[in-house]
Amino acid sequence: MDLTLKVWRQKNREAAGQMVTYPVKGISPDMSFLEMLDVLNEDLIVRGEEPIAFDHDCREGICGMCSLFINGRPHGPERGTTTCQLHMRHFNYGDTITIEPWRAAAFPVHKDLIVDRSAFDRIQQAGGFISVNTGGVPDANEIPIPKTIADKAFDAATCIQCGACVAACKNSSAILFVSAKVSQLALLPQGKTERKTRVENMVAQMDLEGFGSCSNTGACAVECPVGISMENIDMLRREYIGAKATSENL
Amino acid sequence: MILDSKIPEGPIAEKWDKHKFDVKLVNPANKRKYDIIVVGTGLAGASAAATFGELGYNVKAFCFQDSPRRAHSIAAQGGINAAKNYQNDGDSVFRLFYDTVKGGDYRSREANVYRLAQVSVNIIDQCVAQGVPFARDYGGLLANRSFGGAQVSRTFYARGQTGQQLLLGAYSALNRQIAYGKVKMYPRTEMLDLVMVDGKARGIVVRNLITGAIESHSAHAVVLATGGYGNVFFLSTNAMGSNATAAWRAYKKGALFANPCFTQIHPTCIPVSGGYQSKLTLMSESLRNDGRVWVPKTVEMAQRLRKGEIKVADIAEADRDYYLERKYPAFGNLVPRDVASRNAKLVCDEGRGVGASGLAVYLDFADAIKRDGQAAIAAKYGNLFEMYEKITDENPYERPMRIYPAVHYTMGGLWVDYNLMTTIPGLYAAGECNFSDHGANRLGASALMQGLADGYFVLPYTIGDYLARMPYEKVSTDHPAFKEAEQAVLAKNNLLLSINGTRTVDDFHKELGLIMWEHCGMARNEEGLKLAKQEIRRLRDEFWRDVKVTGVNEELNQTLERANRVADFFELGELMVDDALNRRESCGGHFREESQTPENEALRDDENYAYVAAWEFTGVGNEPILHREELEFENVKLTQRSYK
Repeated sequence: MDLTLKVWRQKNREAAGQMVTYPVKGISPDMSFLEMLDVLNEDLIVRGEEPIAFDHDCREGICGMCSLFINGRPHGPERGTTTCQLHMRHFNYGDTITIEPWRAAAFPVHKDLIVDRSAFDRIQQAGGFISVNTGGVPDANEIPIPKTIADKAFDAATCIQCGACVAACKNSSAILFVSAKVSQLALLPQGKTERKTRVENMVAQMDLEGFGSCSNTGACAVECPVGISMENIDMLRREYIGAKATSENL
Repeated sequence: MILDSKIPEGPIAEKWDKHKFDVKLVNPANKRKYDIIVVGTGLAGASAAATFGELGYNVKAFCFQDSPRRAHSIAAQGGINAAKNYQNDGDSVFRLFYDTVKGGDYRSREANVYRLAQVSVNIIDQCVAQGVPFARDYGGLLANRSFGGAQVSRTFYARGQTGQQLLLGAYSALNRQIAYGKVKMYPRTEMLDLVMVDGKARGIVVRNLITGAIESHSAHAVVLATGGYGNVFFLSTNAMGSNATAAWRAYKKGALFANPCFTQIHPTCIPVSGGYQSKLTLMSESLRNDGRVWVPKTVEMAQRLRKGEIKVADIAEADRDYYLERKYPAFGNLVPRDVASRNAKLVCDEGRGVGASGLAVYLDFADAIKRDGQAAIAAKYGNLFEMYEKITDENPYERPMRIYPAVHYTMGGLWVDYNLMTTIPGLYAAGECNFSDHGANRLGASALMQGLADGYFVLPYTIGDYLARMPYEKVSTDHPAFKEAEQAVLAKNNLLLSINGTRTVDDFHKELGLIMWEHCGMARNEEGLKLAKQEIRRLRDEFWRDVKVTGVNEELNQTLERANRVADFFELGELMVDDALNRRESCGGHFREESQTPENEALRDDENYAYVAAWEFTGVGNEPILHREELEFENVKLTQRSYK
């Protein structure tokens, strides 16, 4: 198939960016979206032009490295799909496709389609862990966890930290991402001792990073490639209000 | 050079405990005087860096991704082994040890493997304490499943994303140390050289992938946990960024590289579909718990199927050949990966393969769905089925999956002793980037186990022994050795940028990959390997004459990043071929066509090849020197592997 791509090009964080149009030809419907960009990049390199920089790594939909805002949606038109698992069969011959980086003040652009998502790491460093040293822990079966709780914790833990929720939100809120980690650890018995300080610290860091407030529109959950549920946001709110009311942050 | 494995004396079950007592300790107050560099933050690197931080060392951790949580450990699907015997099905540390040594076709080091089985038990406890949400049964206890090469259920799992959950556990432990200031994290930073001072590893030179700045970092010890080199084949199940550069440049500084030709070919990958394809996707081995592998009984029927004259459903039960169940009744579809891969190749070579290319076999869930219901199968493997459908546009609940073997894991890597130290003092290698635990073939659910064992429970002990013997003085990055290495790295980058030829990096990489797959892949022979060596040399010369790398060093430049990695793959590819040529026997995933039993099984030659082949660098284009570490099997008798 032949397509027209409109791609955001930006040399670095300081430079102004612009949309550049590239026609691409002979794309197979079985190609992934990133393979289609590979084909374009090979062509650009041979012509001596700079290829388009974009983030990607596992190409199996699990590492969370790929991003891309495609035709106004994070990870493109398919629900429950990362960009690397999006295939060209979902587009039509002759389509014009607009490709942009995640747009959020807290995710500055490094180059072209690559953004800096280190804010997510810092939010987790603020408390998204269980404080336990290696060794000296109890036997794994010593604390049984009801299957329903374990499954719920697992569902929250599947977040791949790609940032689609932020990109989808009109306020660029990171609340779905933060709520997933808070829920996972709040649900598990092992995470309960730091439950209150964790949610307070993570939310404080989230605000510090410049993410916006929750817009309550639910776009984050709709666009999440791994189906993180808005139930987690409810849980985060309960956790946060409860923690603030009886704060242990001394 | 004499390879001293430093295996402790005594009965195998007591070696590690005795060694832990014998190693020197660093006083807690002195730990803060030592700096450790960890390169790579997957399961091995993140767990090591976090644990060093917990102990009190100053740690600098590096990864080329934008976050440690993207390391390719994340993609492991099926599970992690541990000899917990929660199922009361006869498992034990010794049985896990035995299965692993046998599964590796007797080419791993007994003492290391035994230790791995021992600490496997602690790994599960550790991960659960960190909040890793393993699968549980209705009583709230941990669930298990089986993996290839074992007859017990010892694999712990988190649906089809065990790697992600374990990595997130290690990443959170790492984050905790970053928050405490004990670990300084350098993401989007790639190691491009190892720096040695007075014969010891004392630092690294890196490129900041955002600014292109070439920087030096000094430490008392350096740990490489940089994963495997399967991407030498271009098409593999590895992440696109997985590379050999850090380990390879350490090799060029004097670390020996062991068993480079031992590549694991994973039997259950989605088949190749077109020349543009950038990577292969694995379907977890755990699927073989419920999926049955088959091809049509006759070539004629397979041909009609490929032409579309008949459909899968038209093939009667009696016309299907469940070849694994037929040939290996005891293990059936759960034979180890090398056996499953080789048999898939055999039936496809016979002309009985399915799919348009004929290079695929069926993995069929119809019986399991009939037996347990679709909901039960979806609960066990749902995300894997979805992944398959996304890529192939076929619904695996309705028709069988098509699968074919693909390059997956590399058992070769930097040679290490029992302490995981390479032949360079102060340079350690952990996880997939060392050679020690998997022999010639890795059993499923063992990679995660080794990564975490090395990081959480081995290195934190053994590195202390080394540091306790050395002075606190730090080497400044102004030292001439650092400046020299920085200059060399920059010169190489500038050379790559200046060639301005006509072919892209990927173009070269794909051609190299085809040579490797054709001649050093699932089956090899003397003639093909000799041809491959010439071809690699020809292509490497062409690369340095005709590659086109755009942009400059001083900014984010993904083409330059890839060019450096592919340049190293050319040199590594040749070493893999040298190693394969030297090893005139079949073992594990390394199948020399000249060495097979009448039933086409791998035929080992223990008389002549029961050794680790550790290669010493002598210059690009020169023949490397072979050093042998003889393997002794005192606890698992050397026998022909049989899964019948």
